[in-house]
Amino acid sequence: MQPFWRQEDDGAAAMTDSATHPPSTPVSASDPATRVSALESLLVAKGLIDQAALDALIDTYEHQIGPRNGAKVVARAWVDPAYKQRLLADATGAIAELGFGGLQGEHMVAVENTPFVHNLVVCTLCSCYPYTVLGLPPVWYKSSPYRSRAVLDPRGVLHEFGLNLPPEVECRVWDSTAEVRYLVLPERPAGSAGLSEEQLAALVTRDSMIGVARVTLPAAAP
Amino acid sequence: MNGVHDMGGMHGMGPIAPEPNEPVFHARWEARAFAVVRAMSAWRRWNIDASRYQRELIPPADYLRMSYYEKWLAGLEELMVKGGLVTRAELQSGQSATAPLTPALTADKVTAMITGGSPASRETGAEPRFASGQHVRTRNINPVGHTRLPRYARAKSGIITRCHGVFVFPDTNARFLGENPQHLYNVRFTARELWGDTASANDTVCIDLWEEYLDAC
Repeated sequence: MQPFWRQEDDGAAAMTDSATHPPSTPVSASDPATRVSALESLLVAKGLIDQAALDALIDTYEHQIGPRNGAKVVARAWVDPAYKQRLLADATGAIAELGFGGLQGEHMVAVENTPFVHNLVVCTLCSCYPYTVLGLPPVWYKSSPYRSRAVLDPRGVLHEFGLNLPPEVECRVWDSTAEVRYLVLPERPAGSAGLSEEQLAALVTRDSMIGVARVTLPAAAP
Repeated sequence: MNGVHDMGGMHGMGPIAPEPNEPVFHARWEARAFAVVRAMSAWRRWNIDASRYQRELIPPADYLRMSYYEKWLAGLEELMVKGGLVTRAELQSGQSATAPLTPALTADKVTAMITGGSPASRETGAEPRFASGQHVRTRNINPVGHTRLPRYARAKSGIITRCHGVFVFPDTNARFLGENPQHLYNVRFTARELWGDTASANDTVCIDLWEEYLDAC
């Protein structure tokens, strides 16, 4: 089997937690696909992982948990004022009413966009993200450009996403430094009064619930 | 630690590159890496703060070069060795040197693990030191260990806008020095307090901060 772990000269030192010199994590030179495959085989051989459990985890995040969950929460809040109140007061509980909760959504807060405040969510320190309502984060959310700039230049970031925020609107950035996860409640688009809850949910995008986009009505059919 | 992971406010990282119709995973190995990390966490030999800290210890040049799941893998390998689940020799050879155990996470437990989650709130009965609306100032700390007080928000003044309750304190939990649960607050800072007079007068940044990061002002 292809070795996937580069031999460490200072293996012992790397395990210490020195007060002045944090240990380094060594990095394997081999390509990640080979490395994961080798690692998975080893962990199966050791009885540390069950491949059927891995398959179930992947299936859950590829097919069951994703931004359609969050879109249902948003649409419900748009059509049901009492639900919206509960969502803003206790998002974890209100989201659980629709059957969503658990890992990386244990402590939810919903923040509402208004004509005066636009909310934007980031995690500058890692990539914390509300899995239960949005699924796994997109690459750009986890990227250095977004993590570095969202707090310093949020309007520039929004501009890159095609959203030009008027200067009088407060841009309120939420840096997810703790285990609290933030869901943006976007503004309901003008002209959507006749739409059903299900039709509204179909308009709600992942990006609008992170705060880098508005929810818009599709262009009228020709 | 003042690592490269603490990116808030850095320049030069380039434009954001959203990908239309992005898949959940870009390659099968990413999906397997994600699942292996989640499945190994079920052994409870480490915690989420220790996982984050381990990734922060990736040397800066590697950290910036590696993709997200490559960082997860590098962190996992170290955590497994430190947690006594595998040896470096086994990682080197790919060959198990022990009799097989029974996996901590089997397929029948996956749904319960995901829907149950792992709450970080704790009931301690401790009284909060601060209240909503109170002005606070963050401490100027530069610990070599893990912290969730970003560099850009140190020695800055803000207002408490929410009291989240009592939560596990990452700074100690990451190094297995105890959960040290304490009150967590959301603190709102003006953009000008953080970035100076060239920032928009209307904009704000809200950050979740533990009691130990804060002083009354």
